[in-house]
Amino acid sequence: MNFLERTLASFLNALEHALRAEDLAKADGLLQRLDPRIKVIGILALIIAAATAHKLWVIGAVFAIALSLAASSRISVLLLGERVWFPVLLFTGIIALPAPFVIPGRVVWRLPGLGWPLTAQGLLSAGYLVTRVETAATLSVLLILTTPWTHVLKALRVLRVPVVIVVILGMAYRYIFLLLESAREMLESRRSRMVGELKGSERRRLAAASVGVLMSKTLQLSSDVYSAMLARGFRGEVYMLDDFHTAALDWMMLAVFAALAAVAFYCGR
Amino acid sequence: MCKALAAPQPALAKFQKANMHIPDGYLSPSTCAVLYGASAPFWYTALQRVKKALATRLVPLLSVMAALSFVIMMFNLPLPGGTTGHAVGVGIATIILGPWASILAISIALAIQAVFFGDGGITTLGANCFNMAIVGSLVAYAVYRLAAGRAALTSSRRVAAAALAGYAAINASAFCAAVEFGIQPLFFKDPSGAPLYAPYPLSIAIPAMMMGHLTFAGLAELLLSAGVVAYFQRTNPALLKVTAPGNLAAEEEIAASPSMWRTVRPLWIGLALLLVLTPLGILAAGTAWGEWSARDFSNLQAREKMTLASKNTAPPGQPPRGLERLSRLWTAPFPQYAPSFVRRPAVGYALSAMFGSGAIILVSLIAGSLATRGKTGVRG
Repeated sequence: MNFLERTLASFLNALEHALRAEDLAKADGLLQRLDPRIKVIGILALIIAAATAHKLWVIGAVFAIALSLAASSRISVLLLGERVWFPVLLFTGIIALPAPFVIPGRVVWRLPGLGWPLTAQGLLSAGYLVTRVETAATLSVLLILTTPWTHVLKALRVLRVPVVIVVILGMAYRYIFLLLESAREMLESRRSRMVGELKGSERRRLAAASVGVLMSKTLQLSSDVYSAMLARGFRGEVYMLDDFHTAALDWMMLAVFAALAAVAFYCGR
Repeated sequence: MCKALAAPQPALAKFQKANMHIPDGYLSPSTCAVLYGASAPFWYTALQRVKKALATRLVPLLSVMAALSFVIMMFNLPLPGGTTGHAVGVGIATIILGPWASILAISIALAIQAVFFGDGGITTLGANCFNMAIVGSLVAYAVYRLAAGRAALTSSRRVAAAALAGYAAINASAFCAAVEFGIQPLFFKDPSGAPLYAPYPLSIAIPAMMMGHLTFAGLAELLLSAGVVAYFQRTNPALLKVTAPGNLAAEEEIAASPSMWRTVRPLWIGLALLLVLTPLGILAAGTAWGEWSARDFSNLQAREKMTLASKNTAPPGQPPRGLERLSRLWTAPFPQYAPSFVRRPAVGYALSAMFGSGAIILVSLIAGSLATRGKTGVRG
């Protein structure tokens, strides 16, 4: 697969991810029903609890909580496996692999033939890394898959993120898809005119030129968007409508999240 | 067929891309908090400066540029030898937008990647922004301005400068990430001594991170920066004006209250020098001439050193009486400057961190003064 195809594949992958997230966010599940502000705070608390824990079983327990949240929100284990667990294991697993041999400590086993010592502390530290990363990644993916992006953004206001940043995040997200589409068309049309292989230097020139064209288009786009905003009466101030309403379920779940995180903090010390 | 090809793609793409985006769980919450704290003043300053330069254009320009940074991070760049690699695009973003707008655009792209696409963690977002957006943009800017000098917009020196800037920026970012990884096992261990977060010490983390970045990732960034600058030189050189001195666009970009800057500049220079020099002073071998204690006069080894330092003049047999009396009067809380805890590696690394932050402040100062020089050049 050449770089054009690979780039196209990663564009498609991003689009597919976004579409799937939109679908799942509409499903009828526990997390989908929650107020986004409470979801953001609750899941963040669990991620921090998993990050702070000094005991493996506490991280495992937070992972189990994440699994039950997924099950009650109609997120399949298969999807989590494909989107989160496998890629994370591939990346972090490779990084953690030498740890049992490198970290000094009590030797529990020696690699036959080579005689490399395997230490208990090394195994434990590899365990910490992998479980912690898997747990945090699962939780953040749950938040993403069950919440439309615009709601995540509005919920950021409770974390005191400035309005102008929230607005820019929202607009940037919208234009990502426009630019992805524009880049995809550009690369597709180039690919359709290609017979045979390009030389290395030509490939690099093509990639740089594609990014350059995209950049010029983007700068042009920004003035178009600005003119359109001015035409609609934009004067530099940004406002947001906070139209969330909390129900009894939200407060109950906030209490549950708080209790779970507190127990995890306490036990994980 | 297509589906079969596409299936392993997300995993593979993630594997290639994630080398620079620190996921949740690699850094302790306290490290994350410190790096959020360290990023905050840069974000604030960047927002103020960009707001001043762009006024109402801020929202649309930053939005689309952040979207573009996101898309650039997804590009597979062909590298020599038939492989491909990802670039962050920090070098080219800095050259086109200037360092402050680049800090914001890359930070926003990283935030969207972390929150929406799960690339890079949420707790580690501050660290990722610090490494890639802040350190990356400032280093790229300093290197580009230094290397490009006052060369014409279409000169090939600018292409070389862009290549250097991209390469230096991504390696500086990787180095920051490596130091963040490397200090984890030093500070955070469970009772059995097993590291709780990234497990490898600096001696492993730095070479492991730098190997990949000095070669593949650095090359991807280098080719992207140089390639895009060369492309703009052919098609639209005006886009390169922002970071080229001697033009109006550059003036607007860096027009943040110079009077206030002038007042605090000596303070910053002093602080940076102190930060850089303090650890050197502690780590330097030997004692400064004349800084002997009363006890040194009766110690044979110390006497030898004193003789050597005093051009072979032997010190008196007894400590001067005044010194003896004064030394009894006052005992410093940290005798000998370096109590045992300073000799512990942890403090050594903290000192290195001090040294590092001092160095970063110095680099930004140099960048700032270069920018000002460019401006005065126009007026004068």
